[in-house]
Amino acid sequence: MAEAHVHTVPYRTFVRVWLLLLLLTAVLVLTSRLWHQALSVWAMLVLTPIKAGLVLFYFMHLKYEKPYLRALVFLTLGLLTMVIGLLFFDILNR
Amino acid sequence: MSGSAATPPLVHKDSHKDYEGAKLGMWLFLFTEILLFGGLFILYSAYRSRYPMEFHEGGQHLNVVIGVANTIILLTSSLTVALSLTAIQKGNRRLCALCLAATIILGLSFLVNKYIEWSGEIRHGLYPNSPVLLRRPHGDQIFFGLYYSMTGLHGLHVIAGIIVLSTMLILVARRKITSTDFNKLENGGLYWHLVDVIWIFLLPLFYLAA
Amino acid sequence: MSYLDEGGRKGIRSWIFSTDHKRIGILYLASMVFLFFVAVTIGVLMRIEQLTVHPPLFAPQTYNAFFTVHGVIMIFMFVLPGLPAVFGNFFMPILIGARDVSFPRLNLMSWYFFIAGTALVVASLFTGKGPPDTGWTFYVPFSIRTGTNVTLGVFGAFVLGSSSILTGLNFLTTIHRLRAPGMGWHRMPLFVWSLYGTAWIQVLATPIIGITLLLVIAERVFGIGVFDPAKGGDPLLYQHLFWIYSHPAVYIMILPAMGAVTEIIPTFAHKMIFGYRAIAYSSIAIAFLGSVVWGHHMFTSGMSETANLVFSLLTFIVAVPSAIKVFNWTATLHKGSIEVRPPMLFALTFIFLFCIGGLTGLMQGALAVNVQVHDTYWIVGHFHYVMFGGAGMGFFAALLYWFPKMFGKTYNEKAAMLSWIPIFVGFNMLYFGMLVLGYMGMPRRYFTHLPQYHTGQVIASVGSFILAIGLVIFFANLIVALFKGKKAEQNPWGGVTLEWQIPTPPPLENFSVIPTIKERPYIFNPEASR
Repeated sequence: MAEAHVHTVPYRTFVRVWLLLLLLTAVLVLTSRLWHQALSVWAMLVLTPIKAGLVLFYFMHLKYEKPYLRALVFLTLGLLTMVIGLLFFDILNR
Repeated sequence: MSGSAATPPLVHKDSHKDYEGAKLGMWLFLFTEILLFGGLFILYSAYRSRYPMEFHEGGQHLNVVIGVANTIILLTSSLTVALSLTAIQKGNRRLCALCLAATIILGLSFLVNKYIEWSGEIRHGLYPNSPVLLRRPHGDQIFFGLYYSMTGLHGLHVIAGIIVLSTMLILVARRKITSTDFNKLENGGLYWHLVDVIWIFLLPLFYLAA
Repeated sequence: MSYLDEGGRKGIRSWIFSTDHKRIGILYLASMVFLFFVAVTIGVLMRIEQLTVHPPLFAPQTYNAFFTVHGVIMIFMFVLPGLPAVFGNFFMPILIGARDVSFPRLNLMSWYFFIAGTALVVASLFTGKGPPDTGWTFYVPFSIRTGTNVTLGVFGAFVLGSSSILTGLNFLTTIHRLRAPGMGWHRMPLFVWSLYGTAWIQVLATPIIGITLLLVIAERVFGIGVFDPAKGGDPLLYQHLFWIYSHPAVYIMILPAMGAVTEIIPTFAHKMIFGYRAIAYSSIAIAFLGSVVWGHHMFTSGMSETANLVFSLLTFIVAVPSAIKVFNWTATLHKGSIEVRPPMLFALTFIFLFCIGGLTGLMQGALAVNVQVHDTYWIVGHFHYVMFGGAGMGFFAALLYWFPKMFGKTYNEKAAMLSWIPIFVGFNMLYFGMLVLGYMGMPRRYFTHLPQYHTGQVIASVGSFILAIGLVIFFANLIVALFKGKKAEQNPWGGVTLEWQIPTPPPLENFSVIPTIKERPYIFNPEASR
């Protein structure tokens, strides 16, 4: 049913986010091939979550949703991160 | 069905749709998908730590061009499905349908690329249980095991997403999705975007590791 | 006009196509009780095997299949669906003042998945090279190598997991969205809080075993190479992934049972629950902390010493919120006007048996003890104390409590109280006996045993027969009541939550008018109670 307060994201916002995503992908690919290996790993670790964040926040509307939904998304991702972290107490010490 | 005067008429269950609830339900489903792939990411992180050299070099056997092309395809398809939602919210049924069709075509192109890619690797003997792979070091075998598991599972989700979006396209055409009732399209779009997000992580893990 | 009369079509089709949460709850109840007795029978056969040592009645391979199938049925088809599928479905919407769950058709699909998964597991017993013999834990590499029907059985478990996920998703949305006006989070009954915490585990943890089981299938069918040691795979990683779900899973099993007990105790002590917020928040704490302790299943597996220490410490910590609940229940009983009728008797039994289970859990959380008792009958005793003495008794207590409301019939209370005696005596003979046997060194999953364990095995087996008799009496009593029981009143126990304010059995849409909630729950007037 209609929710009068539903926020419509303008077309140009989506296009700008898309262009940014393409740019970040280009940087990612270039750093992985051209630059020093350690730097490219850092680029990957930083740029990839940013790309994912852009899709989550803009394309998936998370920026405009109620705070509890954002909290739940971070809870889920946080849980996954925590589990991997705990796992590495084993992996790194064997 | 009889009812006494004191009992109000049976409330038809569909008459009060809960838009926010349907969206919450969809996000919860996306959480389950994140954790489903999460199990594979857990395995990847553990095995990469154990076989750093082979994982670093494993990407050399993969087709980076197709990998990057598929990334561009999926990112663009996320754009088009997002545009389709704005279009229907603004009452532009035609644009909505056009954008949905573009999304589906992009999704199909992704699958075609995947087919070409996998065929190439299979021709080189790099597939699960192949004699070539069984002779390679353990790290390579695990790398390819994870490669096929993760991109395979992702591919299945692309297929599912195409089916979902095609259904949405039909509903838009039949005016079952409108400028005041677009929840299904929004939820279908959310699913598609998640497929894109997963690929965003798969690209560096497999293709750019070299 | 109750929901049993209304609901559209007549006969069986009015049940298996119904999207009414109450009917779906009963569909689960019927299927689950049937499966429970199948698994009990297998358990009894296992106990007979240990009696008949020279020669044993069943071949070793058969025994392997027995303990695998007993575990798979009990865990995936009885205790995990457990209270949420039956009482969560039936009562959660009523307890929050709603007409149904957020997604009624998805709810029915959950039950269809449950039946489909069950059918697949049953199929795995009678096709191919026979039932899986890996234990319900399906450890690699044996589960990859064995010729038995692991692929089919594991796929059945996957489908059952999907059922659980959908139920959790439905409950979370319902609790967030469909609470009656005035029912803030801190006016919800505590059973609902427990279902909320449980639902988060169902939604977030179950997919991990989903992917793990799919990978076992991929390994068996395609040789994909992620767990196979011959290809560089790490069997310990399988164990990690398996327990990352399966430990939180035990909190899916116990939290709702704790929630039901939290409903029963105030009613039969005629006193407000002590420490509402402590119980509510400890449910969430258990759900969260339960996801960081899985390594305690792997202390002797070859995990690093550092991981052993970390998981041991975390395991001690997770006991705290459970203990908080026990203190709150005890404080509720203190100076209450206690009436020990069947639901209360089983609720008190829950507390006692769960404490034994929980304390033994703490003991085996200590690394030195664990080295001694891992993979012995001690572990088997421990988990039966928590899963059966805890979740199982909680299920029975809830059934006794809510039976009149669900079916509009009363059962013979004396028979219910009497059935408790063989259940309690048999249970402790069997499972305390196992704690002792395990401490003495009797390994688990062995079809036979050394002579020094024979006396203990005989005691345990006799206990199991007594227990089985008690279970039969318990359920026979209820089944007879279903057909011949006297009509139940609206509020036979003097409860104060919403389900007791509506007719018995409830009408199709639960409430003629959605209530407005004006105060917190568990307020008892001395005059209003019996």
